[in-house]
Amino acid sequence: MGTLHTEALELAYDSNVIIQHMNVSIPSGKITALIGPNGCGKSTLLRGLARLLQPRKGAAYIDGKAIHQMPTRELAKQLGILPQSPIAPEGLTVMELVAQGRYPHQSWFQQWSIEDEQAVEKALAITGMTEFRTRPVDALSGGQRQRAWIAMTLAQETPVILLDEPTTYLDLAHQVEVLQLLEHLNKEQGRTVVMVVHDLNHATRHAQHVIAMKAGKIVAAGVPNEVVTSELLQEVFGIDADIVPDPRTGVPLCIPYGLKGSSAGIKTTSLEAALANGTTS
Amino acid sequence: MQQPWITLRLGQTSIRIDRRVPFIFVVCILATLSAMVINIGVGEYPIPAIDVVKTVLHIPTGEEDYNFIVNTLRLPRMLVAALVGLALGISGAIMQGLTRNPLADPSIIGISSGASLVAVSILVLFKGISSNYLPFAAFGGALLVAFAIYMLAWRGGDSPIRLILVGVGLGAITSAATSMMITFGNINDVQRALIWLTGSVYARSWGEFWPLFMWVLVFAPLACFLARDLNALNLGEDVARGLGSNVTYKRGLLLIVAVALAAATVAAAGTIGFVGLMAPHIARRLVGPDHSGMLPVAAMVGALVVVCADLVGRTLFAPIELPCGLITAAIGAPFFVYLLWRQRKS
Repeated sequence: MGTLHTEALELAYDSNVIIQHMNVSIPSGKITALIGPNGCGKSTLLRGLARLLQPRKGAAYIDGKAIHQMPTRELAKQLGILPQSPIAPEGLTVMELVAQGRYPHQSWFQQWSIEDEQAVEKALAITGMTEFRTRPVDALSGGQRQRAWIAMTLAQETPVILLDEPTTYLDLAHQVEVLQLLEHLNKEQGRTVVMVVHDLNHATRHAQHVIAMKAGKIVAAGVPNEVVTSELLQEVFGIDADIVPDPRTGVPLCIPYGLKGSSAGIKTTSLEAALANGTTS
Repeated sequence: MQQPWITLRLGQTSIRIDRRVPFIFVVCILATLSAMVINIGVGEYPIPAIDVVKTVLHIPTGEEDYNFIVNTLRLPRMLVAALVGLALGISGAIMQGLTRNPLADPSIIGISSGASLVAVSILVLFKGISSNYLPFAAFGGALLVAFAIYMLAWRGGDSPIRLILVGVGLGAITSAATSMMITFGNINDVQRALIWLTGSVYARSWGEFWPLFMWVLVFAPLACFLARDLNALNLGEDVARGLGSNVTYKRGLLLIVAVALAAATVAAAGTIGFVGLMAPHIARRLVGPDHSGMLPVAAMVGALVVVCADLVGRTLFAPIELPCGLITAAIGAPFFVYLLWRQRKS
């Protein structure tokens, strides 16, 4: 359950083609991180997978079914999407927001079933938002607000969750909080998580599968250890960076020094020597 | 833990409403009915409240004149006032919810002016046309302006101020065109158009009431039926789509409902401004932003506001009568400025 793939997918905004002829598959039951420089099409790809954007050509599939041909409500039971920095209406409480996640499961004659209630309670509990349930979303801190939105997506009870930069505008502690929550969801509930992230170290640390993109094309895809290399960073981001193993977990850790070919790069000889044994590059 | 809403479940069927709604809703209905009774009672020929109620219910009061004064002259006017407020409250709530813009209101963004333009043109060009056709004409004009706003302001960006500016601009253009129609019109037709344009329920009879009633009867329940979809759209287009809402279809349907309700009020009473702005804000304060409870409350608040505005307009400088559109603007305009100021701060 929850396998996504695309075949010859082409995505565009008006006449501006962002992604062309893309074939990518996203493993089920794992956390996948989409990385790449600004404008590389990673958010566009996510929006295409979530049918927020209609494909020009080709198709995206979930468990073999064409996403854009499915009834939107049916898809909403399979796949949840949290767009980048959504804004809640003024005065909407956490509970009301999370309850909105049940929309695809409801109808006019079935507005609030026992299952709806249980799903919302569960989503509040997992995200640690139970105590904030009566608070207006706009009165919460950034991290709490993001957790409330994730809770809404969770209440949707979909095997796949897509998130567009879930840690943007959050301070370090709140970033860790959100990423750990996603990791927990993946481990405990087996949900497939696909996220666009800017911070490479978040990607290597929390994702089991990394897809690196550049100019609408996939440059590399696979486990973080194989994908995130100095060569790749040079190619994709145009930066000069060292990759060292994370001292606690062993996942690749990226230390950027400067732009490729720029003289502004810091002399790194001593550090390189010190870390020579551990570098994967 | 106490839930914030009341749930009724019967087998697979379940209905959910905010805990505060039933009480507030009943209070609003009672307040509106009381204001209507008081309003019918005052005037050149005062009638005690109890006799107003008796006359409306056709219980003999011993006064022969009461039946004519209440049931023929004043009651239809009051019912038109209440229905206009009700329709404007719902229309404003839908527009604010759809555009996620707290400043949206059919009179501010030019929807009402569009309705006026076409309705006035019909009045001037087709002599002695029946009131039954006015709502359709008004609807056509309102829809045209709504479409223009959608193309010019809504699709590109979602800046609240931009929507308001484009709306005000379109409103100015359509108002100018309306003035032109009036200048070139025949004096008798123009008089009929002018009385009607001021935004007043003055001298409204059963002839204006029934067409308005039919429109409200169709579109108000439809609005409440779509309340859950409006909730989803109120979270933004992307989130709504992600939740499985058929955004284009549902948004179009809601927009038609909002425009139809606004147009029906213009056809019956001209432009009564700012009610669609204020009523949803008051309702949101009372019962929260969930539209399944908020829409009916906004409707009743709107009715209360227009009936009270009419009462104030009739009594403030009696026997001179101020149109209730003037009263609602006198309260609504400062409120609009306050919202603008708050918008700037955030």
